[in-house]
Amino acid sequence: MSQTPTNPPAAKPAAGHGAKAAAPKLAVLTPEMQQLQQHFGEALITPAPFVGVLVNDKRRLVDVARYLRDELKYDSITNLTAVDYIKEGYFEVVYQVQRSTGGEPLTFKARVPRPQGNDLSEPLPSLTAVYAGADFQEREVYDMFGIPFEGHPDLRRILLWEGFYGWPLRKDWHEPYYEGDTKPFESRWPGGDHKLAEERVPWEDNVNYPPGFDPLSFVANPDAGLYDSMMHGVRVVQSDGSALTTQQNGTATAAAERNGGAATALDELQTDQIIVNMGPQHPSTHGVLRMVVKLDGETVTDLKLALGYLHRNHEKIGERNTWLHNIPYTDRLDYICGLANEWGYVLTVEKMMGIKPTERAEYLRVLMAELTRIQSHFWAIGFLLNDLGAFYTPALYFITERDLILDLFESVTGSRLMCNYFRFGGVARDLTEAQLAHAKELAFERIPRKIDELEALLTDNEIVRARTIGVGYLPADRSINYSLTGPCIRAAGVPYDIRRVDPYGIYDRFDFDIPVLYGADVYDRYRVRVMEMRQSLRIVQQCLKQMEDTRWGDIQAGKKAYNHRVPAGQAYGRVETPKGELGFYLVSDGGQNAYRYHVRSSSFINLNSLKEMVVGHKVADAVVILGSLDIVLGEVDR
Amino acid sequence: MSLMGIGILKGLGVTLRHFIDTYAEDLKYILNKSGVQQPRPLRRQSPKNRGLVTVEYPKERLPLPENFRYIPFLVKDTQTNDDKCTSCGICAKVCPPQCIWIVRTEDPVTKRPVPQPKQFYIDTTICMNCGYCAEFCPFDAIKMDHNYELSYYPEEQPHKRLIHDKHILTKPDTYHAAIHPSDWQRELAEKAAEEEKKRAAAEAKAKAAANPAAAPSSTQPPASA
Amino acid sequence: MTELTAELQNDPRVPEELRNNVFITTLDKIYNWGRKRSVWPMLFGLACCAIEMIATAASRHDLARFGWELMRASPRQADLMIVSGTVTKKMVPQIVRLYNQMPEPRYVIAMGACATAGGPFKEGYNVVSGIDKFIPVDVYITGCPPRPEALLHSFLKLQEKIEKQSLRNVPWYRPGTDDIIPVPMLGPDLVDMRRAEAIRAKAAESQNA
Repeated sequence: MSQTPTNPPAAKPAAGHGAKAAAPKLAVLTPEMQQLQQHFGEALITPAPFVGVLVNDKRRLVDVARYLRDELKYDSITNLTAVDYIKEGYFEVVYQVQRSTGGEPLTFKARVPRPQGNDLSEPLPSLTAVYAGADFQEREVYDMFGIPFEGHPDLRRILLWEGFYGWPLRKDWHEPYYEGDTKPFESRWPGGDHKLAEERVPWEDNVNYPPGFDPLSFVANPDAGLYDSMMHGVRVVQSDGSALTTQQNGTATAAAERNGGAATALDELQTDQIIVNMGPQHPSTHGVLRMVVKLDGETVTDLKLALGYLHRNHEKIGERNTWLHNIPYTDRLDYICGLANEWGYVLTVEKMMGIKPTERAEYLRVLMAELTRIQSHFWAIGFLLNDLGAFYTPALYFITERDLILDLFESVTGSRLMCNYFRFGGVARDLTEAQLAHAKELAFERIPRKIDELEALLTDNEIVRARTIGVGYLPADRSINYSLTGPCIRAAGVPYDIRRVDPYGIYDRFDFDIPVLYGADVYDRYRVRVMEMRQSLRIVQQCLKQMEDTRWGDIQAGKKAYNHRVPAGQAYGRVETPKGELGFYLVSDGGQNAYRYHVRSSSFINLNSLKEMVVGHKVADAVVILGSLDIVLGEVDR
Repeated sequence: MSLMGIGILKGLGVTLRHFIDTYAEDLKYILNKSGVQQPRPLRRQSPKNRGLVTVEYPKERLPLPENFRYIPFLVKDTQTNDDKCTSCGICAKVCPPQCIWIVRTEDPVTKRPVPQPKQFYIDTTICMNCGYCAEFCPFDAIKMDHNYELSYYPEEQPHKRLIHDKHILTKPDTYHAAIHPSDWQRELAEKAAEEEKKRAAAEAKAKAAANPAAAPSSTQPPASA
Repeated sequence: MTELTAELQNDPRVPEELRNNVFITTLDKIYNWGRKRSVWPMLFGLACCAIEMIATAASRHDLARFGWELMRASPRQADLMIVSGTVTKKMVPQIVRLYNQMPEPRYVIAMGACATAGGPFKEGYNVVSGIDKFIPVDVYITGCPPRPEALLHSFLKLQEKIEKQSLRNVPWYRPGTDDIIPVPMLGPDLVDMRRAEAIRAKAAESQNA
């Protein structure tokens, strides 16, 4: 890279951020990283602070990625995010790639200088050609930081809308209700007179407009570009009768609007293609997801997703929260399985702090996380059947079972959904005798019986089989390239489960299998979920037995505290939630708050592959395929 | 599948069994000779139940577990008629969405802080019921309530927002003892242990006072050293 | 049914021998009795609270006991909108549009802290601090998330409200009360079109300053 010596970040790679005096320690290179360095030269690949390597010439990024994928067999991109180092004056984009056979992910980073004000930064090359799973993640980085990716097929804002003023995750961008960089806020104590947030902001609401903004003459187009690429190559009949093949830009949109939101295609078969919006208010989208489908008759020929209808600014709030504050927020990510999310976050922070939970706490974590998996799969299967048209009977049966598990959660943690149970170095409460008895009754009697019942109800049902076998097929290599995780990839024959490929907690003590099927369709995704429930049950049963040898009440390592300080550094921690791989990429500057708090959410990244699964199927199958991915919008949009 | 329709029949068998089970469960209830009956909500929510599960709220209610948490409340010591809260501000610091506002009392003469909250607000429209305030309060002064029936009409609240102030938040410790029996027992035990310690210390002091010759050497070894 | 018939059967204005056969009641009473027992909520979930809403509709709590029989996905067939979860700026145009499409009489329940005022996410840049900034709310529920029983409690509160309404002054049979709420615009930030003039004036002011 020509500017390597002059590029400020490269010139002082050891500057790091936040650490008052000492330069941050550089990463120790793994053998793979050394191989990468040997291949590309030591000028290009240098150790990055804390973890991973730095790619000094961003123009070579695609080559590096291709080498990693083809030679070093890092076949999927796990996590892609950016960090704004405002003091040092650059953005650092972090890529983490993963072998589907297992092991730690490899991290490489690239830097671009911070631009002035609201401008876009210098572009980075897009890795979508190498890793299809980078698609949504690059769009998210663009949306949040204003870093464009050259060569990205559809670079639009993903969680916010086109035209939004500013790039929210930049450190110098403040939201309307901004009160301070870090919590706790000073205004709360000791002179905390209650004041509504509306009362202290200029616009008297959670809004901010640029100076001179005129809403009456402003033309809003929040979906700009959404339909354009779907119009590509479609012949549109003009109002004067002449036909033209649309280009990939404005023409098509204008024509589409003229035709009431749909384009008319006249090909040899004389069929019309129409564009239909499903959602964000639609009974089958599992929340506020919007699918824009192009239909030829009833067959889906193209699909685009519009996300962000539940974008709750989890990461921006998380960077203001203290480390402890974030635990209850993670419950609200994937709100079906809060306990599993908490584990991911707590695990990552514990990694940075270098502490370990007590023996008893480890067992309690496994117990709760596996019960969460069972109830989440009950829910997922119930609603998959809802999508198939088996209206409510399966869902109601399984919600009843789920309620019994939630009863246990409520009596132990205090809440049905938002459990807030994990703490750094332990858990909040131990189980009483009565609660243990309830758990045992569930694990040894009730749930095994109910899973058998579930299978009797559904597995051999001819209608279920006819509707699901062969539907939503995505072969293993494509699934890996799309960074698919969770039951979906295991239904495609890839035994990728974080509990085995990158073990955490005490899963090595239990005897359980990773169920794998090879159909890669909706039916096998359903069956993998059922098999996983049985395996989870095995873990819970062993856990309840082994737990008896640990000391009751010994649930917190060290002293319970609320003002944790996490040593400066970076870490990526991940767990296997019922939806797939949930990762947290955290950066600490040694203070009480996270400097960067990024959630690698499985539902969001799994959605990358939806288009390839759906195209070619009927629109009714699109609903089922979406159901088989089992997304939760809280986690998709964060 | 060898024979078309077997799978569907099998599934229908499951629904039929569910249907029959509801009556079987009711029969069991009626024919129960022991005479000791669990209340219906409890029986219906037991993992052993195979019949109906519906709880007919508002006529009957599910028993709430002791740990259940809803909006917090402040505990008032009914013996001394004092707030337990010392306005130390820990709850305001650990509150993730920052929904707690505390005004500390100041002594009107010395302007020094007095360990008493002058005002205490919880914005229930921000509160996320996480329970940190109760968990980290060193004085057992703030606890999570069990009352979830807090729906309101817009005209009932100023700004259409339910903001609890100190007056609404304060509840007697008898209420706390009633909804959190084991937590209350723990508090009592801790209090008893502390008093015991205090008494022992006082006794030792009295003993030392009675025997002044031994006192300096035993209580203040550094001073004599 | 039973409470109403019991009340009707004991009406002193009816001769005792006719009480099992003749009921007299006010039009309001019978009108509201019918309405409050057949409120159909819209099948419309936003976030975490929607999960508790589904739990309320499931076997254990069984919403249908109150005659709130089934949830309709179409706003045209719904009487009640349960705003169950965080309202984001990106979603609020759709919510307002759905509300506009609901026929009168229509009711809105703001379920949980987020729908009431933004809840724990209030400080977020994409979060609307309360759905009542755009559409009128009849009952608020606190809690994050409210228990299913808390949602049922709010339903009972709404029934109380319906009971108190009178045909003499309900707005939906009068001409000119069919007010359509302007759909907010997604510009550089969310724009409430009812405040557009004020926003323009203030933005111009800030530019000149």
